[in-house]
Amino acid sequence: MDIIIPQVGESIVEAEIGEWFKKDGEQVTKDDLLLEIETEKVNVELNADASGKLTILAAAGETVKIGAIIGQIDETAAVTTAPTTEQPATAEVATTTEPAAEPPAANPAVAKLAAERNIDLRTVKGSGRNGRILVDDLPAATTAETEPPIKKAAAPPTPAPVAAPQKKPLDDPRSERVPMTQIRKKIAERLLMARQQTAMLTTFNEIDMNRVIALRSSHKEVFEKKHGVPLGFMSFFVKACAEALKEFTAVNARIDGNDIVYQHFYDIGIAVGSKRGLVVPIIRDADRLHFDQIETIIRDYALRAGNGKLTLDELTGGTFTISNGGIYGSVLSTPLLNPPQSAILGMHAIQDRAVVRDGEVVVRPIMNIALSYDHRIIDGKEAVNFLMRVKNYIEDPEEMLLEM
Amino acid sequence: MPEQSYDLIVIGAGPGGYVAAIRASQLGLKVAVVEKRASLGGVCLNEGCIPSKALLESSEHYSRVNHELVEHGIDISGASLNLAQMMTRKQQIIDNLTGGISGLFKKNGIDAFTGQAKLSGSQTGRQTIRIVDDTESRELSAKTLLLATGSEAIELPHLPFDGETVINARDALSLNKVPERLLVVGGGVIGLELGSVWSRLGAQVTVVEMLPQILPQSDPQLAQMLQRSLKKQGLQILTKTRLDKFDLTDAGLVATLTTAKGEQQLSCDKILVATGRRAQSAGLGLEAVGLQVNKAGQLEVDENYQTKVPGIYAIGDLAPGPMLAHKASEEGVVFAERLCGQKSTLNYGAIPAVTYTWPEVASVGRSEAGLKREQIDYKAGKFFFAASGRALCNGTSDGFVKVLAAAETGRILGIHIVGPHASELIAEATTLISFGGSVQDVAAICHAHPTLAEALKEAALAVNKEAIHS
Repeated sequence: MDIIIPQVGESIVEAEIGEWFKKDGEQVTKDDLLLEIETEKVNVELNADASGKLTILAAAGETVKIGAIIGQIDETAAVTTAPTTEQPATAEVATTTEPAAEPPAANPAVAKLAAERNIDLRTVKGSGRNGRILVDDLPAATTAETEPPIKKAAAPPTPAPVAAPQKKPLDDPRSERVPMTQIRKKIAERLLMARQQTAMLTTFNEIDMNRVIALRSSHKEVFEKKHGVPLGFMSFFVKACAEALKEFTAVNARIDGNDIVYQHFYDIGIAVGSKRGLVVPIIRDADRLHFDQIETIIRDYALRAGNGKLTLDELTGGTFTISNGGIYGSVLSTPLLNPPQSAILGMHAIQDRAVVRDGEVVVRPIMNIALSYDHRIIDGKEAVNFLMRVKNYIEDPEEMLLEM
Repeated sequence: MPEQSYDLIVIGAGPGGYVAAIRASQLGLKVAVVEKRASLGGVCLNEGCIPSKALLESSEHYSRVNHELVEHGIDISGASLNLAQMMTRKQQIIDNLTGGISGLFKKNGIDAFTGQAKLSGSQTGRQTIRIVDDTESRELSAKTLLLATGSEAIELPHLPFDGETVINARDALSLNKVPERLLVVGGGVIGLELGSVWSRLGAQVTVVEMLPQILPQSDPQLAQMLQRSLKKQGLQILTKTRLDKFDLTDAGLVATLTTAKGEQQLSCDKILVATGRRAQSAGLGLEAVGLQVNKAGQLEVDENYQTKVPGIYAIGDLAPGPMLAHKASEEGVVFAERLCGQKSTLNYGAIPAVTYTWPEVASVGRSEAGLKREQIDYKAGKFFFAASGRALCNGTSDGFVKVLAAAETGRILGIHIVGPHASELIAEATTLISFGGSVQDVAAICHAHPTLAEALKEAALAVNKEAIHS
């Protein structure tokens, strides 16, 4: 049986073979872990669907399409009914309409297009009656790669076309060229999209962290003893944002075509660095969670982001994002929107600074905060007020805790 | 000697070759076509599909005037046959269409050469051919060579064609006089179509068929229905009958037939031999490139239609499969597209086959016999044109539509039609099968009323005993 790259998410069209845990030619038993594949968002482990001898067709590091056959398991024990090679014709009126043991029913042009786009039809979900595959159901051809020469081809193909070797530009020998990983490609794509398809502005403010630091240090030990997780600042910001989002609904909204979709749930993404790049796992219904729950979730996410074990579900959705550049020491930056979200909060490093309080110069722990927002649906005033509200909640945490 | 070089040379400008040439040219290849006939279009246009349809239509009008218009309340007396005009009209249609192909070649920048092509082997990966012409000998070369040389009527050893008494289909399309008694050997498509033509024009036609049924490739029920209709029209049909020999006597030709009941003598004026066709490749010089035809005279090909010799391809009647013009054309398109890197395929399970007799016979998909043989669980639904309003209005209510569908899923496996305009009705059937349609699908498709096409819908409904009008 064929080992096929499964469909792991709607927008995911290709994957990279991570690591084969079994060797080519090795005997595998059903449910053995065969390999790990890396996609744009998550890593997926594939197990054997059958027992038999493994043949590896795509090596580690190769990029393959969803639906591609990357290996085979030869179930020698069971006698498989090998499909007879299709003869171009038979003496009688031919026999290709046989319903048995065929790929799913598909409209006439589907087979050709699927072959040209390297799609295994068994992995395509048909939208027609009883799952019939229509031309519309096929994943679109990715750029240039399989464009059939409908137009006048400049160079006529030979009977056995040989792919021209890809011409690489000459690099300075002191530089190194590596292909982008899936996750980096996706990051690049999304960040560029955020830049190009939104009207992004950033507003800044600063927070006096005095009270929240005091609150935290006085309850730190009890909190950790009781909940088994240290109390950080992140939970304060998550709570503050969730509360502020309730008030400034546009900040939690998104644009869909010509509509604005107001979202009355507060799924807040936390940007986490991992060795493969930035990922943004989501804290669902953050407004309903306790501080300890939020801290527990964040710690779990950070841990699993490190080894690429976050699931796709944990990475999709989200109505707002918090990014903390402060952990790397950043004092001021403009976070980039995470579409279709309309705003993102940037946290930064806390620095002792001389500030004026009641006419006196005093030293206070200050954090710069930034809110990048999509000006198409969020007005400047709303954005500034939202950020002010977050500032107020953090500077006066009792207000938030007492829900005043 | 001037050598001309191309991406593709197509040998044979029939419905396979000329279509392949045009498609390849559309895809950007530099194409030449070599045709031994003076006009393009092959057997189909010059001495097959097209002229026979022209004569079938003309003869049908003639027969209708003489036999059917009375029923419609139209009395015409003194209708007479102008065979020369009928033939002129036929020729005009041929000229029109073959000229059209020349125009298409020009439009697509395809060079057409007249003459017999002879393969002379490959040099540095290019296939070379020589065109043997009356006046000069020309050499062309191309990376790819497509053989689309078609087929010719089989000549029986004891019935050699002489163009006068023993004739082939080509001759039968150009008779300048209606034979009094025409004996047709072979109850297949060609024999029945041409037998019908001359029967309608006044000949006494006898068809002898060796096998137990006419149209041996067809559904027996369809063949029976057609046989009854042809008999009503005055054709004599003898199945399980063989023509062993014929003698030229003072009383004319006398054929000796061996029937199931024994030997029988039959006098006639002409014998049309239409026992089948055989792929033709003589004169091509296949041996020069190391190619050998199989028992059927055809070349084995792979999914790209490439023969065993790289760079040399074959389609149409020269390749395996049913000898049908549209099969050749489709192969021509698929060949050209695959050559240019596309992944086109031809669904050989959805190639319609039509006999243009009266009534017409048309089939697509699986035969009932085949389903039985393979023990595939199927259900059949039938609808007779006698219950079709439109067919009754037209006065053409012989025949029926039979739909074969998978018992469990209702998926349509085959559709067989004998009846008026079956050749046109089969298009819907082919579409349904191509799209993997089911009888439930047909039930959900609105058919205009009153039309003959409604019969197909009713037959599909009949599969689950849900037909409204039967």
